[in-house]
Amino acid sequence: MGEFLALLFNTAVFAAALRMATPLIFAALGGIFSERSGVVNIALEGMMLIGAFTAMFVSHQTGIPWLGVLGAMLAGLLIGLLHAVFCIHYRANQVVVGTAINIFAGGLTVFLLRHYFGAAGTSPSVATISDITLPIISQIPWIGRVIGRQNPLVYLALVAVVIANVVIYKTSWGLRLRAVGEHPRAADTVGVNVFRMRYVAVALSGALAGLGGTYLSIAHLSRFSEGMTAGRGFIALAAVIFGKWTPYGALGACLFFGYVDALQMRLQAVGVPTQFMNMLPYVLTMVALAGFIGKSVGPKASGEPYIKG
Amino acid sequence: MLSKIKQLRWQEIATPLAAVILALIIGAGFILYVGENPLAAYRILFMESLGSIRNLATTLQRATPLMFTGLAVAFSYRAGLFNIGAEGQLYIGAFAAAWVGFTFTGLPRLVHLPLAIIAGMIGGGLWGAIPGFLKAKLGIHEVINTIMLNFIALYLTDWLATGPFHGGSWVPETARISPTAALTRLYPPTRLSTGLYLALAAAFFAYLVLWKTKQGYELRAVGLNPQAAEYGGINVARNTVIAMAISGALAGLAGTEQILGLHQKFIVRFSADLGFMGVAVALLGKNHPVGVIFAAILFGALQTGSAAMDRLTSVPRELITIIQALIIFFVAAEYLIRRMLRMKEEA
Repeated sequence: MGEFLALLFNTAVFAAALRMATPLIFAALGGIFSERSGVVNIALEGMMLIGAFTAMFVSHQTGIPWLGVLGAMLAGLLIGLLHAVFCIHYRANQVVVGTAINIFAGGLTVFLLRHYFGAAGTSPSVATISDITLPIISQIPWIGRVIGRQNPLVYLALVAVVIANVVIYKTSWGLRLRAVGEHPRAADTVGVNVFRMRYVAVALSGALAGLGGTYLSIAHLSRFSEGMTAGRGFIALAAVIFGKWTPYGALGACLFFGYVDALQMRLQAVGVPTQFMNMLPYVLTMVALAGFIGKSVGPKASGEPYIKG
Repeated sequence: MLSKIKQLRWQEIATPLAAVILALIIGAGFILYVGENPLAAYRILFMESLGSIRNLATTLQRATPLMFTGLAVAFSYRAGLFNIGAEGQLYIGAFAAAWVGFTFTGLPRLVHLPLAIIAGMIGGGLWGAIPGFLKAKLGIHEVINTIMLNFIALYLTDWLATGPFHGGSWVPETARISPTAALTRLYPPTRLSTGLYLALAAAFFAYLVLWKTKQGYELRAVGLNPQAAEYGGINVARNTVIAMAISGALAGLAGTEQILGLHQKFIVRFSADLGFMGVAVALLGKNHPVGVIFAAILFGALQTGSAAMDRLTSVPRELITIIQALIIFFVAAEYLIRRMLRMKEEA
């Protein structure tokens, strides 16, 4: 039992949890912006996958991983715009378009992977973003060992949460964003451009999800492999719901899911099947939705196309 | 009157047709990108999927599970529900069918096969009923819950097939099903099985239920306008659960067919998006059983032809996945296509 407790509070597990949470945090923030504007985004998975591929590809071509980060964000942004055009302009069903993007991303990344790198399911190894050590913080006992030495993208994710929170709750843009997602007609009446707000929010959503994918291919690993997001986009979606559509809530959910992820390998050794740990985020989200741990209710106009009239 | 019906039919077919053509045109761009001739590649795609009876049989074999998942999505759609959980229902149904298949031995075929099929239907049906129940009782939108249940089903069957029911080899799969539970192969050496008949029967069943029974009338009424249906004395909650259960059972049959007809054992993660493709098939088939069958055959043909295209040209077979996704985009954006075809929007 003592050993088990030691495992639960092991600094290595917490440090790993933070790493596992990072791609989820970016994608979940993306999900929040999109859903807050009233556009359901189940395409986070596909956007992450495209981001992961692009980051690898740009890093491979240029040797500069940070250009990969930019490329991935740009690619995610473009896929976000694609989602936006179909959902907002052509009034297509948002869940259907999201499904199409996920299938498209799965096909496109492997198509390009095989075209450029041959038959194998993985790309060659590319230049990655390396970890950095924070000067003073790394000296603090326990905490230093958890957050003192991490990837820059890990820190960026935490900063992004703070920024997202300020943007959504403390700026007039954020107020308009929430208005558009809750009651587009009213927002329109007072002069908010519903279409433009939604376009920007969904494009931003794509860029953030792409950034999440970046972490997978050029920070956590040094290559892209087929379907490497492995459902993380959907876990991010779960974190959005679990965190009640707020940045800090989603951060908490992502850290918890990351912790579960980090723990599973170690718990397998004591006989807990990994599959049950894998299932946990999804089960908890259903429980949260059902209202057993404080009801999760999303933005009112989420999922409905807005027809000006 | 007759010309009006004709016009309506034309409108029904025009959008999906335009979507497929647009997707193939953009697909041609991808073929050019990798330096191949689109016409030559498409010719291979066509010949290798429909050019001979043997190829046609493979196409039908690939189309069979898509008919089921397409029907599953279409059926729920008619009741106003979006079942994006066909993938999960498929896995649960598949495992249930496999379990009956490898657990019981010495049963006569006439008992064993139907038993396995029914188990698959019940497995998928129960898994589908969960989000239906949560929607009916607590008002939770089925989309999120079906997505979550997809992953839960994936990991649950993964655990079952590698843990308590592991077949003993190093491969993550169960033991083989008994031959008495297997569907008969129709055209060896292709793997087309009598599952095709089952799919056609399921389509006929879906049509009968939806358009020829009181139950179906209620389901469609709920789908068109739940408030009005409730006001008219229809129990919306009950119909929501029924619709999701039947939809889940249809998806469960897709898994059942894959196990009893194709793999003859449960293999972890065997599906490769058959459930999600069901969304595409249902959309392309206009959520009508007949349309679903044709859409599934088209997708089956694309998949069959892509293997040969991959072998004979430098075009990766994933081109087909891209084309399938593009088809969904264009069918989903009917508004766009109608405008392109200068069709008047229905009032």
